[in-house]
Amino acid sequence: MKSKTILDKKSFELTISRLCYQLIENHDNFVDTALIGIQPRGIPLANRIAKQLGQILGKNDLSLGNIDVTFSRDDFRRREHPIVPKSTKMDFIVEDKKVVLIDDVLFTGRTVRAALDEILAYGRPREVELLVLIDRRFSRHLPIEPNYVGSTIDTMATEKIKVEWEELEGKDRVLVQRK
Amino acid sequence: MNEQAIIKNQLSTEHLLGIKQITAADINLIFETADQFKEVLNRPIKKVPSLRDITVANLFFENSTRTRISFELAEKRLGADVVNFSAASSSLKKGETLIDTVNNILAMKVDMVVMRHPNPGSCIFLSRHIDVPIINAGDGAHEHPTQALLDTYSIREQHGSLKGKKVVIVGDILHSRVALSNIFCLQKLGAEVMVCGPTTLMPKYIASLGVKVEHNLRRALEWCDVANMLRIQLERQEIMYFPSLREYSMMYGLTKEILDSLGKKITVMHPGPINRGVEITSDVADSSQSIILDQVENGVAVRMAILYLLAGKIKREE
Repeated sequence: MKSKTILDKKSFELTISRLCYQLIENHDNFVDTALIGIQPRGIPLANRIAKQLGQILGKNDLSLGNIDVTFSRDDFRRREHPIVPKSTKMDFIVEDKKVVLIDDVLFTGRTVRAALDEILAYGRPREVELLVLIDRRFSRHLPIEPNYVGSTIDTMATEKIKVEWEELEGKDRVLVQRK
Repeated sequence: MNEQAIIKNQLSTEHLLGIKQITAADINLIFETADQFKEVLNRPIKKVPSLRDITVANLFFENSTRTRISFELAEKRLGADVVNFSAASSSLKKGETLIDTVNNILAMKVDMVVMRHPNPGSCIFLSRHIDVPIINAGDGAHEHPTQALLDTYSIREQHGSLKGKKVVIVGDILHSRVALSNIFCLQKLGAEVMVCGPTTLMPKYIASLGVKVEHNLRRALEWCDVANMLRIQLERQEIMYFPSLREYSMMYGLTKEILDSLGKKITVMHPGPINRGVEITSDVADSSQSIILDQVENGVAVRMAILYLLAGKIKREE
């Protein structure tokens, strides 16, 4: 398998800082905002962003949660192997909040569609935005577009985007993998 | 999409006929899935759409309140369509056979069957003749797998793990499908099991299952971490197995005095329905050591997990 690095450690950090400042522009002091990472690979990004926002704003009471979308997926029984559900954790009320959904890669948009369904089971947020580290352009199956994008790339359907994290894989970087 | 999320992890069986037929890995997968459904049940909207294209038939050839409602709630909260059937209002009275009854229901495009039947082995028999997933909701005095799974799930919730835990099952072991399924389930997860009751309510070869046998309630309770108190099933007893209910409750009834005198806090369980004052007194049933209502609550999450995992194996032919 061939792989090419498209974001190295330096540009990775810069990208996350930029995303944080873009969030601050729209959410000011984050009093009514909830950051929600999509299981499993959106969690490290949500944690990183929450940590950096906390440092910039000097506060540690940001609403941060994670959501698992397994039960709302539209491909149940269409996969060879079923997906094992992961945990959902939301210690706050989403009713009337400004929710920012966070995931590492936006591809077909189906995961985000399922996440929207899951969020609505907890209440009616005032608005929902989408933040992704990598937007794979021209590959959407559904009319879903991100509000905050780390990096936009063009890929072929056969290629795979892998976002690696220092805390999980030992290195912050984004790879394009080709069979 | 995240390829990492895909783990080859599914049940080893197409049906849930009994605990005997499933593996420890299956049980753990059911528990891990139930953990997530428990979270779903605490949401303001307690419903997910996973089974929205599935129709489940609940066939109850024997009376049930708790199990039937629990299954029905589990099915509805997964988004499935549900049809209910009870023996009292059925064509069975007109002489139809079990296979004919079930095949007629399946002809109306039903995808899964949940069945309770008074005859032991009826689910296994049915599974040889129809090809939709069957969940055994109790077959005579044989097995009641979902009850055993929710019982062990509740113990796991209280104690973290089943490994090395000492569980005593007290009462009418002879007529109890709950006892047999619990013994299999607890042993597969590494717990030690003891059965306790009068000699007349003890199956003759019960020790061959690898369980300890005890006839003194106090000694059993001193040994255990968890006591599962079974109901005296008067409706299954064709002869008198003990002189009187009063004598039974004096010998084998769990009272607050015994519980407090043990010098340790054991967990008290009961599969329901409770005969208050017979196998368990009211103050014990309502005490902080009793997890009877947690068992009922967990029942819905565990049944959702079983339905979800078995439905995941249904393949649609387009």
